[in-house]
Amino acid sequence: MSLAVMGGADYMRDPRKHHFHPYADNGGTSVAIAGDDFVMIASDTRLTRGFNILSRDQGKVLGLTPKTMMASSGCWADVLTLKKVLNARLTMYSHEHHDVMSTTAVAQLLSTMLYWRRFFPYYVSNILAGIDEEGKGVVYHYDPVGHMEKLAFSATGASVAQIQPLLDNQIGALNMKDATPPTITKELARQLIHDAFVSAAERDINTGDGILIHTITKDGRTDEKVKLRRD
Amino acid sequence: MDVGRMFGEVAPPLWSGGPAPGGFYSFPGTNNKQHETKTHTMYPSTSGTSVVGLVYDGGVMLGADTLGSYGSLARFRNVERTFKVTDKAVLTCSGDIADYQFIREVIEQKVRDDEISGFTPVLNAGALHCWLTRVLYNRRSRFDPLWLECVVAGFKDDKPFLGYVDKIGTAFEAQEVASGFGMHMAIPMIREAREKKGNLTRDDARKLLVDCLKVLYYRDCRAHFKYQVADVTAEGVKIENDLNLKPDTSWSIANFVRGYE
Repeated sequence: MSLAVMGGADYMRDPRKHHFHPYADNGGTSVAIAGDDFVMIASDTRLTRGFNILSRDQGKVLGLTPKTMMASSGCWADVLTLKKVLNARLTMYSHEHHDVMSTTAVAQLLSTMLYWRRFFPYYVSNILAGIDEEGKGVVYHYDPVGHMEKLAFSATGASVAQIQPLLDNQIGALNMKDATPPTITKELARQLIHDAFVSAAERDINTGDGILIHTITKDGRTDEKVKLRRD
Repeated sequence: MDVGRMFGEVAPPLWSGGPAPGGFYSFPGTNNKQHETKTHTMYPSTSGTSVVGLVYDGGVMLGADTLGSYGSLARFRNVERTFKVTDKAVLTCSGDIADYQFIREVIEQKVRDDEISGFTPVLNAGALHCWLTRVLYNRRSRFDPLWLECVVAGFKDDKPFLGYVDKIGTAFEAQEVASGFGMHMAIPMIREAREKKGNLTRDDARKLLVDCLKVLYYRDCRAHFKYQVADVTAEGVKIENDLNLKPDTSWSIANFVRGYE
């Protein structure tokens, strides 16, 4: 009887046969919180594949313009490609218009670029954070095929299930009686981001090693690195 | 006028059951292959196993054995899969040997083109790594992957560079990089050594690299005792061929294994 007829059993398979998958899950988690005159966007620095840690020092937030940053994670090959194409589009825009693209425009461009690959998607979770035309902090959240939503805060990536409910509760004051949402200060946002990542790293193997926190205001950008557990 | 007759009806066949018009003669210039499907390589054939690389104080070192496995058969025992690209870059690949030899020829031609143009700076490791990312991602997007895990070592902006790219375009830079089984066994060894000692000297790095290859030879069925080491420093690239792990290994413990007689 041929192997094909018997089928199934793993140990009977031809050991040479691997099968090609164009996507990989490389973990990574991102969080963004908008304030009245600032926005904070952070990601962990771990890059994984299965149970392996590929890198402990891979930030996932990309500075696009002085007022806009994007955090992306998921299939790292797609992340790299998306970043490259997006950066090229921004450069083309700045050459054509002698001006930097506004956060609102970058947000729409990203959605369009993701939808362009609707039938062979970039397997990437994105958050875009920036300062809009009125000087306010804004956060945009995307799905892999370009659905876009403007929000005040958002989490995405591997540990979204751990972090989003925490933010909903602490910033949105959801699911509580007689609670009013707090005013978002830089201190509160930073503390929440730190706590969120610490708890996510406790429970999710795809999140850890470190956090890179970026704060954007009208005056510029500051970056901070915080350590996380490395196991 | 009867619109249905104009657009709706298809002309009846010339004669039923007979050959298609032109079916007996293949006219020159006509495309008769339009319904042939193209098949791509979806699994590796002759393949190489782990590559291990690490950055040390002032340079980068890479090691890989020279076995070309055909499934579980140790088919070719002396295939070199490390090559010097320029004075600032070395490439070693695991995965399909044919795909490696193909990409090597493309890169070699690219380096020659750069050289004769005269205005292009020497291809450094960072540039090569970036270029490979695009080539491999492009091939995976066409569902015709180059079945490779590439490790690029060398210099970029006068600093040691070590990078990884795989068949779908996953790419990163790190202080220690390994492919295949090495990712499970060599990486923890190197990370542990770095945690204990901080900066590694060239001698530390060499000893560690050989240790990693030895562990891989003991535990990875597709590994081999013949290996190559590439060492890149500011002075340039040095590749040592025909190295041998066998004198440093001991298989006497095999006599104590019971139950497989």
